[in-house]
Amino acid sequence: MPISDVTEARPTAQRPTTPASPAPAEAASAATAPAVTVPGPSSTRLGPVSIRPLGLGRKYPFGWSYGIVALLLIWSVGSILGIIDPRTLPAPWVIVETLWYQLVEGRLPEHMQASVVRAALGFSAGFAVGLVLAVISGLSRLGEGFIDGPVQINRATPGLAMMPLLILWFGIGEDMKIITIALSVMIPIYMHTHNGLRGIDKRYIELAETQKVSRWTFIRHVIFPGSLPGLFLGLRFAVLSSWLSLIVVEQYNATEGIGYMMTLASTYGQTDVIIAGLVVYAALGLALDSGVKALQRFALRWRKTIEG
Amino acid sequence: MTATDLLAARVTALSRRFGDKTILDDISLDVLSEEFIALIGKSGSGKSTLLRAIAGLDHGVAGSGDIAVPRRVSFAFQDSRLLPWKRVLDNVIFGLEAPDAVERGRTLLQEVGLAGRERSWPYELSGGEQQRVALARSLAGEPELLLMDEPFGALDALTRRRMHKLLLRLKDIHRPAIILVTHDVEEAVTLADRVLVLKDGQIAEDLPVVADRPRDVEDPELITIRKTLLQHLGV
Ligand SMILES: Nc1ncnc2c1ncn2[C@@H]1O[C@H](COP(=O)(O)OP(=O)(O)OP(=O)(O)O)[C@@H](O)[C@H]1O
Ligand SMILES: [Mg+2]
Repeated sequence: MPISDVTEARPTAQRPTTPASPAPAEAASAATAPAVTVPGPSSTRLGPVSIRPLGLGRKYPFGWSYGIVALLLIWSVGSILGIIDPRTLPAPWVIVETLWYQLVEGRLPEHMQASVVRAALGFSAGFAVGLVLAVISGLSRLGEGFIDGPVQINRATPGLAMMPLLILWFGIGEDMKIITIALSVMIPIYMHTHNGLRGIDKRYIELAETQKVSRWTFIRHVIFPGSLPGLFLGLRFAVLSSWLSLIVVEQYNATEGIGYMMTLASTYGQTDVIIAGLVVYAALGLALDSGVKALQRFALRWRKTIEG
Repeated sequence: MTATDLLAARVTALSRRFGDKTILDDISLDVLSEEFIALIGKSGSGKSTLLRAIAGLDHGVAGSGDIAVPRRVSFAFQDSRLLPWKRVLDNVIFGLEAPDAVERGRTLLQEVGLAGRERSWPYELSGGEQQRVALARSLAGEPELLLMDEPFGALDALTRRRMHKLLLRLKDIHRPAIILVTHDVEEAVTLADRVLVLKDGQIAEDLPVVADRPRDVEDPELITIRKTLLQHLGV
């Protein structure tokens, strides 16, 4: 009886009428095949269960830090043994000292603030524009017709290649810097959000249609959350790309900012200050990225991925 | 006027084509209020096409004919189609604009035996549980017509039987008319008031099933109907 439950209508129905025909006999033997072929306990064909897990497995404690610690160790040992020339790369503790000095006595806090404000302004502008453009071109075919072409052209041009033109148009002041950053942020936000919007499963659209929801509810409860994974991907690229543009624009006629500090140090041959600047860039960049990552984990907690 | 008052749907001379293949050929069908219809047919015979036409989901498919449906129509898909980013309760009341939506959602979850799972994410539910949430959702709008396209097709036999019982119980409470597409002859005869066979684009058979519920598959009436149906399916 349980067998006829799981099999299709075909064998169940034929069995009573044509018991001798080959079809049901085949079906029956197929259904009971495991019971017939299981050999005795002495068989060598049986072995332990051998499934190799293909996921990533358990997390190591502080796994993210292994590479960094290894690099720091090599750097320290190299400095102590004198393998690394201090003029090329000062020892880690020298960098720490310089950092401390710049923070307490020097202008590092001002520089950091200037850089962060610049990046934040450019980022917000680029994020807003990229998002609006993506939503317009993602939700309407006409919008896509007008918007997607120019954005694709812009994307094919390296963002920083626009700088000479931007300098001509906006001068070498703060405007040019913020616009350059904004442009470099806009592209990844647009690309990934647009992809996210267009990649939403058609089945969910059908569902929304059968539930007779309004267009606004549809956008708010289906389109928007459905494109969040794309948006966050774009966001993580965008944060780093705003940081990257920052370091370039700060070499142009800036009077403050971490990049300015480093350019200045370069003319005076202060390797330790340059490295200190790099450390600050890296630390702030990493902090930003992990902030976005945390936000992403929260906003996408409904997903089950290989990250676990 | 009074005649259509008792109808949950009226399909008149419905045709649908994909390319030069005619899938539905001049189909007419009246569905009475609270009637339970099972629609069976071979794979590719056009069951989904018919159901989607009635639901109005077949934008841009070539064809003709008239479809009259009540204001409140629901659709249950073969996959549960829960929005993965919404918690279970929010999925149930998705699209519901009533002020007591949350209350109603909770009641429905209770009715499908999922009280306490309101705040779960869909991925935390088993396939059968997801399908129950989907059933709750399809009833949340108090539909007068419920269209179901093989909603239990992906479930195991035991779960499917439980779902049958649940569906009949829910139908008693909410009283929608139902068109259930299935390729499971047993499912059709144990559940429906009327079984339709779709074949060559037309309704080849229209069999009433009058046996009392709960039905016993060994009931002679059901056995006869099952035989007829299986013949139509070419078994
Ligand atoms: N979008 C489409 N474009 C072209 N042909 C289609 C499309 N949708 C369905 N068809 C064809 O129409 C026919 C009927 O399809 P339909 O999905 O209605 O079958 P069905 O009876 O629901 O089958 P099943 O039991 O396998 O779900 C099939 O031959 C199918 O190939
Ligand atoms: Mg189908």
